[in-house]
Amino acid sequence: MGLGDARERPELPVVGHRKDGGLGWITTRLDELVNWSRMNSLWPMPFGTACCAIEMMATAASKYDQARFGMERMSFSPRQADVLICAGRLPYKMASVIRRIWDQMPQPKWAIAMGACASSGNIFDAYSMVQGIDTLIPVDVYIPGCPPRPEALLYGLMMLQEKIRGESVFDRELHERLRAESPEATGRPNLAPPAIDEVALPFGNSTKQNRVSGLVATSAPARPSDRQP
Amino acid sequence: MVESSQAQPGAVAPPNGAGASNQVQKYELALRALEEGLPAAEAAVERTLPEGAPAHPSVVALLERSRDALLFWEVVAGDEYVVFVRPERCFELLRWLKEEPSQAYLYLSDVTAVDYGGGRPLQVVYQLWSMVLKRQLRVKAELPLSALEIDSVVPIWNAANWLEREVYDLFGIRFLGHPDLRRIMMPNNYAEGHPLRKDFPLRGRFSRAEQTRRALSMDTEDFYSPQELVFMQPEDEVGPPGPDSGPGAGGPAEPEGDRA
Amino acid sequence: MSERRTVEYNVSRSPELGMDGRPVRMPVLPIGMEPELVGEHMLINIGPQHPATHGVLRLVLELDGETVVKCTPHVGYLHSSFEKVGEYRMWNQIIPLTDRMDYLAPLIYNCAYAMAVEKLMGVEVTERCKVTRVICMELDRIFSHLLWIGTTGIDIGAFTVFLYTFQERERIYDLHEAFTGARVTPSATRIGGMMADLPAGWTAALQLFVDTVPRTLDEVETLLTNNNLWIGRNRDVGVIGPDDAINYGLTGPNLRASGVDYDIRKDRPYYDYQTYDFDVPVGEHGDCYDRYLVRMEEMRQSLRILRQALDRLPDGPMNVDDPRVILPGKSDCMSDMESMIHHFKIVMEGVKAPPGESWFSVESSKGELGMYVVSDGGSKPVRWRVRGPSFVNISALPRMVEGALLSDVIAVNASLDIVLGEIDR
Repeated sequence: MGLGDARERPELPVVGHRKDGGLGWITTRLDELVNWSRMNSLWPMPFGTACCAIEMMATAASKYDQARFGMERMSFSPRQADVLICAGRLPYKMASVIRRIWDQMPQPKWAIAMGACASSGNIFDAYSMVQGIDTLIPVDVYIPGCPPRPEALLYGLMMLQEKIRGESVFDRELHERLRAESPEATGRPNLAPPAIDEVALPFGNSTKQNRVSGLVATSAPARPSDRQP
Repeated sequence: MVESSQAQPGAVAPPNGAGASNQVQKYELALRALEEGLPAAEAAVERTLPEGAPAHPSVVALLERSRDALLFWEVVAGDEYVVFVRPERCFELLRWLKEEPSQAYLYLSDVTAVDYGGGRPLQVVYQLWSMVLKRQLRVKAELPLSALEIDSVVPIWNAANWLEREVYDLFGIRFLGHPDLRRIMMPNNYAEGHPLRKDFPLRGRFSRAEQTRRALSMDTEDFYSPQELVFMQPEDEVGPPGPDSGPGAGGPAEPEGDRA
Repeated sequence: MSERRTVEYNVSRSPELGMDGRPVRMPVLPIGMEPELVGEHMLINIGPQHPATHGVLRLVLELDGETVVKCTPHVGYLHSSFEKVGEYRMWNQIIPLTDRMDYLAPLIYNCAYAMAVEKLMGVEVTERCKVTRVICMELDRIFSHLLWIGTTGIDIGAFTVFLYTFQERERIYDLHEAFTGARVTPSATRIGGMMADLPAGWTAALQLFVDTVPRTLDEVETLLTNNNLWIGRNRDVGVIGPDDAINYGLTGPNLRASGVDYDIRKDRPYYDYQTYDFDVPVGEHGDCYDRYLVRMEEMRQSLRILRQALDRLPDGPMNVDDPRVILPGKSDCMSDMESMIHHFKIVMEGVKAPPGESWFSVESSKGELGMYVVSDGGSKPVRWRVRGPSFVNISALPRMVEGALLSDVIAVNASLDIVLGEIDR
């Protein structure tokens, strides 16, 4: 039932849809059941690299206790995990690793970028750092902070739960776009190269931090409009 | 415009006393040389052995034993002695410093390098500590950019193994005789050069998209293959090539990344 | 099918005793096999994403059965270009970078960096600042060791210890947060002083912590120290002798467990450590068990130092009264032109250090933390080098595990107490 059939024979209505296109009673209840079970037993794949990993461990410990959310079973094998929590900064040397771990996770899978480094690269706008893991994997929730407090991580997990609550197994477009296994995307970045360059552009004050001490000017400013007169 | 360090009101008086103004003058001369476009070799700071007796027994002993190998010594930050030695004599002096019972620098704290930029020589810095005699000493060797090679001190202290690999990776200084000189911090296929050099831009030489592409093309299973079972010499590495060992199988032609 | 071959190894079922009834100290090898029957070696890749590597460390092991023939650690999976970024930052702007290197003991890094730059500049901090920094460093030593015993417990299989120690660490987090506003990345120091004076009630909270944490340490010791499983996993595992340890550059509890009495607080004291009454535990066997005992005792000695420091904490200003280094107070800036100008210059141009360089070592929880700063007279360093102790400690790992079992690799890796932030910087 459901997904495969709907894709092969699009002219048939999916079970439960009313003729006016809205969802029926059975489908909403089924969605609620599926989403409730998914969101309350998310098994995190803790991809912890740096300081945020310590806050993630603190969230798993007694005081903040993510077991209340059904997440105490940290799955270190990606093949049994639901949500990849990238906690910490990610250098390019690690990029192929996170992409591989993401590819190994079966659908349905979600990703949380915990912390500013995973969201956008943070203060490490330098030669070795990935400027945000959303260049590599599709991210569902971004949690700002350096590091985010355990409460912030829990809030992010709750936001993810809200997002899951809004999903529907009958949403064909969602499934084709996101929830279908896509082997051809293995090992590929999430954003196209021009988009990667654009999101990685420095902004604000970091465009002006091009001079080292005194004697040597090193790199050119990032954008021509930033050149000092 | 860089303001002269002597003229600024905010500088705290450096604790080295008379040597400081000499140091400042040398930096100013070097800066002026750079601004006037003198070639890099002339912009290098000149070194002559100072007069006066150092208060550090190891520096005294080094001056007695091999005065010709020493270029300069100074006191920085109040009580730290720094000795500049000729690079070709560096290994011999360091070995003597470790094995001579009156020196006994059994413990190597650190091997690092400093790039002042502007074409000036790179300094390789050895920080030593004698556990027996409770003394520290810093030994520096200056390498011109055209000859970034020095003998490895791994035969003397094993701690230098990874420390020298890091200096090679980040500065491009080759350590002759190192058992396993490969990149340690950067990925094996890193082709942008040596990051901590002053002529290396902060964000790297390639665009972010290109860096991402190269990162994802890296095999996660390199150095995890039957080749690992064979002890590899750096010269005849069969694994993925570093930037200095020529184009590898299947990789794009790598640009010469470590020249300005 | 081909005939069966039985392979005998030189250990009995009892993990502590060999075939002759004495503890096994030699590599576990098959006995009496012809060379061609040994078979292929197996390559195992641990990491970089792995629960038991304490970060993104990659170990490639060549195994003969369960025995490690060769171990190659690969690092650099967290290389965050700190030293390069530091060259583009003013002296005070580097302090937040120092938190993020050793995120398990951030105050030690903050203090070590500030001390190195102050030595370079010739700035002498106030007495109150000195004692406060001693308090911060010892508190974070306990902080780091508590996490170490928790995660090592998880690696070896004793999960409960993690929960107990993290509960105590939450109290230290509360102290960090009360002082600076941040739990993990306090950035508490500034050149010439601290970011703020200690808040009201902080010393009382710290005193309460110091008085009550020994109970948790006792519980952890009850669980582990005389535990047969713990001893079996840790005793005589990962042995390294004193000469090798010095040659490989090991420092901290790893070196002291091998019998070498080298503690920077005693040998090159800073901030009046020679006036504090404390002992430095030194082991004798150089195995994982001794490293465990040394760290547990170090925590208790740190508590001793904390008690003394709390007693002698003087009143007075926290920051140096030098407007070229420390930001003048807000009311001064609003009323006095000169203070306003100093404030402006410090914020816009940064604190300037004279040309020169300085190397400063402190005894971090992991070993000898060296900060090397080189200045050319500007407001940014020419070179900022961090000698992270874990970088050199982990390079000795192959020496410690060759000939041991695969499970010993995890135990030895845990006992080295590494933090990848300072290995990869």
